[in-house]
Order: sequence, then C-alpha cells, then structure tokens
Amino acid sequence: MSDPKSYWLDDSANVTKIYRGLWLVCTLLILLDLVIHRHEDFAFATVFGYHGFYGFFACVALVLAAKQLRRVLMRTEDYYDR
Amino acid sequence: MTGDFPVALIPILGAVLVPLFRGAMRSAYLVSLPLLAFAYLLTVPVGIHGGIEVLGQTLVLMRVDKLSMLFGYIFLLALLLSVIYALHVDDTMQHMAGLVYAGSAIGAVFAGDLMSLFVYWELTAVSSVLLVWARRGAQSAATGMRYVIVQLLSGMFLLAGALVHWHDTGSLAFGHIGLNGTAGMLILVAFGIKSAFPLLHNWLMDAYPEATPTGTVFLSAFTTKLGIYALARGFAGNEELVWIGTLMAAFPIFYAVIENDLRRVLAYSMNNQLGFMVVGIGIGSELAVNGAVAHAFADILFKGLLFMSMGAVLLRTGTIKGSELGGLYKSMPWTTGFCMVGAASISAFPLFSGFVTKSMIMTAAAGEGMLLTWLVLLFASAGVFHHAGIKIPYFAFFAHDSGIRCAEAPRNMLVAMGTAATLCIGIGVFPGALYALLPFPVNYEPYTASHVLAQLQLLFFSALAFAVLMRTGIYPPELPSVNLDSDWFYRRLAPVVAATFRYALAETRAGLGESLQHRAQATADFLDRQRRPPGLLSRSWPTGGMSLWVMVMLMSYLALYYIG
Repeated sequence: MSDPKSYWLDDSANVTKIYRGLWLVCTLLILLDLVIHRHEDFAFATVFGYHGFYGFFACVALVLAAKQLRRVLMRTEDYYDR
Repeated sequence: MTGDFPVALIPILGAVLVPLFRGAMRSAYLVSLPLLAFAYLLTVPVGIHGGIEVLGQTLVLMRVDKLSMLFGYIFLLALLLSVIYALHVDDTMQHMAGLVYAGSAIGAVFAGDLMSLFVYWELTAVSSVLLVWARRGAQSAATGMRYVIVQLLSGMFLLAGALVHWHDTGSLAFGHIGLNGTAGMLILVAFGIKSAFPLLHNWLMDAYPEATPTGTVFLSAFTTKLGIYALARGFAGNEELVWIGTLMAAFPIFYAVIENDLRRVLAYSMNNQLGFMVVGIGIGSELAVNGAVAHAFADILFKGLLFMSMGAVLLRTGTIKGSELGGLYKSMPWTTGFCMVGAASISAFPLFSGFVTKSMIMTAAAGEGMLLTWLVLLFASAGVFHHAGIKIPYFAFFAHDSGIRCAEAPRNMLVAMGTAATLCIGIGVFPGALYALLPFPVNYEPYTASHVLAQLQLLFFSALAFAVLMRTGIYPPELPSVNLDSDWFYRRLAPVVAATFRYALAETRAGLGESLQHRAQATADFLDRQRRPPGLLSRSWPTGGMSLWVMVMLMSYLALYYIG
C-alpha cells in the first residue's frame, strides 16, 4: 500500500532537525540552573544540572539493564503454548 | 434526599435492562446510567447511610466521606468514559459486564464494613472476567481463568481476614486496620493482590492485554484503584508499604522497556504508577495520602486514555505489537494526539495531570528524608517517561512506517479520548479543582519555578537519552517475544512439576503392577507344575517315608507331653 501524500517526518533531514532541537532544549534547561535557584530537600540535588544528568543516566542504565535482562527473560511468543 | 439508597445499584440494576434496548436507544440508556448515578451522588450528604442489621452487626452500604466521595466521582467518570468508548460494540454481554463491574467497584468504595466490602470485592472479580472472556478465544479463556482464580483468591483472603478481625475486635467496621495481628496480614494480602504488589502482580500483565479493546479500558480503571482506595482506608502510615511501593515503582519499568505488546507495556507502567501511590499511602502524612489518592484519580484518566488509544489501534489494525506497528500518525492523527496527551500526563509534564499529583508524593518522600525511596522514585519517573511517555506513542504512531493504512478510530472512541484528554490537561492547569476534593486540606503549590525546572530537566534529558540510544542503534528493537515474569511459576514451573510427578507416579504404578503380575504368574506356574508329573502333588510316595514321618510326629508329641 503506497501513500501518495508525503509527510514532513518522512524526510530524515527533518528528523535530524528535531534531534538537534532536543539537544538545544536540553542545553538551555541546564543553563537555566545558573539563573533559577532550585529548592531541594536533599542538598546534593542542588548540584548544577542534577536532574538532567540523573534523568539521562537513569534512562541509559535502564535500557542497558533491560537489554541484558532479555538474555534471561526472553522466550519465543509460543513459549506458554508448547 | 437521605442517601440510604446505595449508588452502586444504579449501574448494577441498570445493567439488567440493557438487553431491552437497541441501537440509539441503547446508547442513550448506557450513557444515562453513570450520569444519573452522578447526579444522585451530588445530593448525598456526608455521613453513614444505608445501614442493615445482620447477625448483630450493622452492614453499612453508604459510608460517605471525602475519601469515598473522591473515588465515587472518579469511578463514575471512568464508567461514563468507558461506556462512551464502547458504544460501537455490538455485544450485550460486554455492556452488562462493564456496568456491573463498575457498579460493584463503586459499591466497594462506599461499603462501610468488611462484609459488604467482601461481597462487592467478589462481584468485581466475576463481572470483570467476562470482559476478558468476551474476546472469545482459547487464549482469552485460559487467561481469564487464571485472572479470576487470582481475584477470587484475593476475596478469600479478605473474607478470612474479616472474620479474624471480627473475632478480635468484635466489629466488622472497615476503618484503619494496620499490620498488627493475623487479620491485618490477611487483609493486606487481599488488598495487595488487587493493588498488584510485587509477586502478587502478574495477573495484571497477564489479563489486561488479553481483554477486548474496550474491555481493557474498563479493567484499567477499577480493580487496581479499588485496591489503592482500600489500602488508603486501612493501612495508611504503615511503613512496610513504602518499601513495597518503592520496589513496585522500579522493577516493572525494566519489563516495560523490552515488552513488545504495547497494551502489556501499559500494564507494566500501571504497576509502576501504583507503586507511587503505595509509597504515598505508606508514608501516611496528609500530603502523602492526598498525593496517593490524587494520583489514583489522575491515573484513572491518563491510563484510561492511553489504553483507549491502544485499543483504537488494536481495533483498526488488528495488532498491538510494537514490532508490527509504526507510522500510524498518518492514518490516525486524532488518536495520535490524544495518546500524546496521555503520555505527557503519565510522564508528569508540567500543565498535565500527573505533574500536580505525583509531585505531592515525591515532595512528601523527600520531606520525610527518605533518600533511597526518593532516588528510586526519581529513577522511576524518568523511566516511566521513557517507556510509557515515549515508547508507546513512538512505536505505535511514529518509528519506521509499517505501511499500515487504516481508518481513524470510530467517533465514539474519539469523543471518549477527547474528553479524557481535556480532563488530563484541565487537572494539570487547574489543580485546585482536584485538590478541593482530596480527603485532607491541601497546602501545596506544584508550580514553583524550582520544581518545574527540575521536572523539565529530568524529562527532556530522558527524551535525549532515548533519542541518542535510538540513533546509535543501542536501543533494543521491538521483538516478537514473551518475557518471563512471576506467572512463570504457575504457568510453567507448576505444570512441569505436576507433569513430572504424574509421570513418576504412573511409572511407579506401572512398574509395581508389572512386578506383581510377574510374581503372581510365577506362583501360578509353580503351583501348576506341582499338579502334573513330576510335580509334588502327582508324585508316588514310598510307605517307608510315611511311617518315618508318623514316628517323628509321635515322638514330638511324647516330648511335648513330658515338657507340659
């Protein structure tokens, strides 16, 4: 089935634009830490860009760990039907 | 209006009349039931109504306070949205089951004693399983059976706990129970099954993705949130729940990352959201319990919305596997948009509902100095955005174009999704309206510059991590697969053990039978040989031998005589 209509996202150059935009937004959010003083209950969380770095590394760790878990947990789709 | 009439009976009794209506009349009737119940609920004053004297105990069918009212409102709202979402379905049984199921959950919320709670508790189990069986296949039959066994087991724990509690305290009233004593433990297990505690959780991921597209939307709203309500009522401030909830918030997200069935991904993320609520209840402060029940309220809407969008995809494409989908935003732009609102809400983006509710729990945990819990919840917040906020919309609607071209979701589905999406944004923008309904007075401001910035940093960097992993090819692809979870114990291990045991038993029995038969045959052969020559019985005996044996006999008789 072909779709004659072309979409903005079909062009990989546009996807790259979004990707770069994301980097830009993240940089700006980190830099805002210099302007806005964050109130935190835990002192260590006031470190520059704490939530950004935590979010990034948490997700990378999550995905890498989940990928390893696949070795142990993954079975074929009919596993329980056999 | 006195409020003696149980509001639960409006949908439950109303379900009986559903078969009488057809077409547009049926649609109007179905929509009118939750509206009627809602209008009635608005008139019911706070207090204890509908008491029935049984066996010297007062059963309370309408205990109306802020906590039960909050859940009453949201359950009726969820029923209304689910009914609209399912209007196109031409299956009377599903409509009836949905109404009875929602009605019994509402009845359980207003039950003021453990016996009526138990009755409604069991009714939710037997009515909800019909929504799984309604898919009508061998697989849904087996899944539904596993689901209903677990649910009824929860009811048995509740009944046992209630009876012990009655014996211990002399009262069946359902108030704070706490964890001291057998009754508390039994009842906690009952509530824990419904709230999907770790190791008691797997019915959720097993059954919800196997129900009909519309059935899962019903299921997602009631059972687990009833568990949360019951925990908030009976176990607020029990510190054990903090640890259980912390674990619950964390481990399902690993599964969610590698799961291929997108409705099952949502089931895992639901388990993770329930973890936040359980933590809030465990902390037990006014802020924390407010946060827990507010998050339950918000979750019913945004998780319902996400399940609705995935149900629409399943209805239109016939599959819900991430490995087979992609590019659907071209065919289903409205559904895509609504799904993204649900995704933003569950991820707790500022101006969406999750932000104003989940942050109360996070703030309460940090305020109590619970460092580990706070760190895990922060990890889980990043993780939930990663797998529910990004993965769900990305693999269904974007990613690589699967080539599937289908129609947009039916109009009634779009209306239900649009209403849910509006409410998600409405709560996010005007949190005061929800805060006013919470059981304790709210002195909390979610929109501080500090908090908004921290959350945006967390979320955008999680998104960045996803994008980086995607573009570098590190992100694990969606694969057609099954991932082992605790259901392995009863779906694989138990049958294997049983089969081994049965085999061993059969072998032993067969071996034993064979050896016995062999011996019997040998004895028969031996006896048979004796009655033909030269066998013992057909031998000719010499008279000398005979007289010798007679002498031996007489001698021994003589000897015995002398000894005697």
